[in-house]
Amino acid sequence: MEHTSLLERVLRGIALTLVVIFFMFPIVWIFMMSFQTNETILRIPPQLVFEPTLANYTALITGKLETASGTLDIAFMRNLWNSVFLSVTSVAVALLLGVPAAYAFARHKFRGSEDIAFTLLSFRFAPALLVLLPLTLYFQKLGLANTYFGLIWVYQLICLPLILWIVRGYFEDIPADIEYAYRIGGHSWFATFRKIALPLAGPGIAAAGLLAFIFAWNNFVFALVLASADKQPVTVGALAFITSSGIQYGQISAAIVLSITPTLALALYAQRYLVEGLSLGAVKG
Amino acid sequence: MSASAITISGVDKFYGPIDRGVHAVKNLTMEIAKGEIVALLGSSGCGKTSTLRMIAGFEEVSRGAISVGGRKVHTLAPVKRNVAMAFEGYSLYPPLTVRENMAFALKAARLPKSEVDAKVASIAKLLEIEDILERYPSSISGGQQQRASLGRALIRNADLHLLDEPMGQLEPQLRAVLRGRIKHFIKERGLTAILVTHDQTEANALADRIAVMEGGVLQQFDTPDMIKRRPANLFTGTFVGEPPMNVFEAYVGNTVGKISLKLPDGLSLDYDKDAFSAPVRDQLLNRERVVIGVRPYAVRRSKDGVPATVSANQWLGDQTHIAADFAGGSLVLVEHDRTRLELGAPINVSIDPKNLHVFDQASGNAISHGMELA
Repeated sequence: MEHTSLLERVLRGIALTLVVIFFMFPIVWIFMMSFQTNETILRIPPQLVFEPTLANYTALITGKLETASGTLDIAFMRNLWNSVFLSVTSVAVALLLGVPAAYAFARHKFRGSEDIAFTLLSFRFAPALLVLLPLTLYFQKLGLANTYFGLIWVYQLICLPLILWIVRGYFEDIPADIEYAYRIGGHSWFATFRKIALPLAGPGIAAAGLLAFIFAWNNFVFALVLASADKQPVTVGALAFITSSGIQYGQISAAIVLSITPTLALALYAQRYLVEGLSLGAVKG
Repeated sequence: MSASAITISGVDKFYGPIDRGVHAVKNLTMEIAKGEIVALLGSSGCGKTSTLRMIAGFEEVSRGAISVGGRKVHTLAPVKRNVAMAFEGYSLYPPLTVRENMAFALKAARLPKSEVDAKVASIAKLLEIEDILERYPSSISGGQQQRASLGRALIRNADLHLLDEPMGQLEPQLRAVLRGRIKHFIKERGLTAILVTHDQTEANALADRIAVMEGGVLQQFDTPDMIKRRPANLFTGTFVGEPPMNVFEAYVGNTVGKISLKLPDGLSLDYDKDAFSAPVRDQLLNRERVVIGVRPYAVRRSKDGVPATVSANQWLGDQTHIAADFAGGSLVLVEHDRTRLELGAPINVSIDPKNLHVFDQASGNAISHGMELA
């Protein structure tokens, strides 16, 4: 690496800059839009210099959207809360169910274990629209439509397979003998799981949980069909900004900024785990 | 040697469905006395580690029973069997220091701290790992990890200590020193130990009795000396001993006053009938074909012997290993002096009937060792 020529370094710098611009541009642009009014946003050509306004954020936080045709009530803060609640609870439930299951799949080869594991994975590549219609009908019959309980249940389709397969890879990487050594030292099966397997797979579980959280947070279609206004997450709630008097770009941008902040912060904080988890859990299997 | 510490009776191990899966251990029956050290010796895949893991409780016993200290244990969880084990892959707990790893089981058994510290100190001294007690497993060498893992097993006061390849990663000098110390340690405390190894020097040095296994079948279970002198079959004969026993197929010829063992290439070992004891002679004369075996150090060079051609000559610093083309195969002999023999040099070899092992040609079971029947 120390033998790179000046030219090489310059070229590398340019390439990196291009990549960063390419990926960061939408985020930066949205960030800027969130401080503008609809008029400045829609001006042609777009201008980089503008007078920043906090009106969009105020509207979101107070829930009063001023449009040309009057004041609209929007439930953005409620949606944001729904997103947090749905994602956190879904991931928590998926971890509770998925981690012991992953351990079982990793450590005990029983009849049909591979088939069951694969069936669970197949939930992830079935198109959501395929299951939505029957699911909606059933949910309406069962009274689960438009309940947090029902949504969290459906979110398991997203979270559970992800956690199961990533964490399973981690458990398989722990030599079984370490657990045996602990068990023969006078500890029960459950104590071994808690004190040895769980801590050693800790980074993997964290990574899987994070990924599942991001997927759950970004989910749109399940919530769109199965939840009404008061249970909707931000992804669906953002539709409210397409009003009769036009699309509220400023508010949409502000909403996006607010809604990606938690996941972005989490992802940045746990970047290392995330990359590790993806490369380990995803490649193995 | 009082009551039996462990009884293994009629144990089978199948990987996969019973009677259809891989049959790793076949109808194994062994009894080990309290205070005894037993080595399970065999090549890879012979079933020795499966046996150990069944005793520890990490593998299910497909058929048969295992008792430790008179208690049937083969259906109990590992935690209830009161056995200690040192793992081949060390399996130290990564987040704990060497000291914590070793003290672990004692702490779980709620021993007072002063006693735990004293025990760790004494075992660490025994295994020469006092200087790494505060280090973490990831920062020490394989040999040190192995000693830490061995220490973790030896420190416990268990009914049975299982040691899986306990010294495979150690350098030769240290291994020799530790063998002596560990044996002394086990004997002094009257512990019972089963070690799994493929190193026969280790088995010979440590064990009171050796169980030779091959293909999942116990071939012989006896003292090191008896295994060397009276191998039960062709497998034990050729497996134990370094360099391995020379074996040849032979036709038994019977002429007046003589017994000839006719080897390939028209060679023949001729003996007076009286050179054999009566029962051995009868056995030989009753058979047409046998397999004869002779240890390399029992082959002598002599003028009136059978001709052979030197194919390799190695001086190992304290003995010479000479390999010779002989009777369509290869014959190895060991001499204690440095012997100067060129490749291709003709030599003549003779074998004293006292040193001859005779095996059944079909079954491989031993017929006689020297003058005695097997």
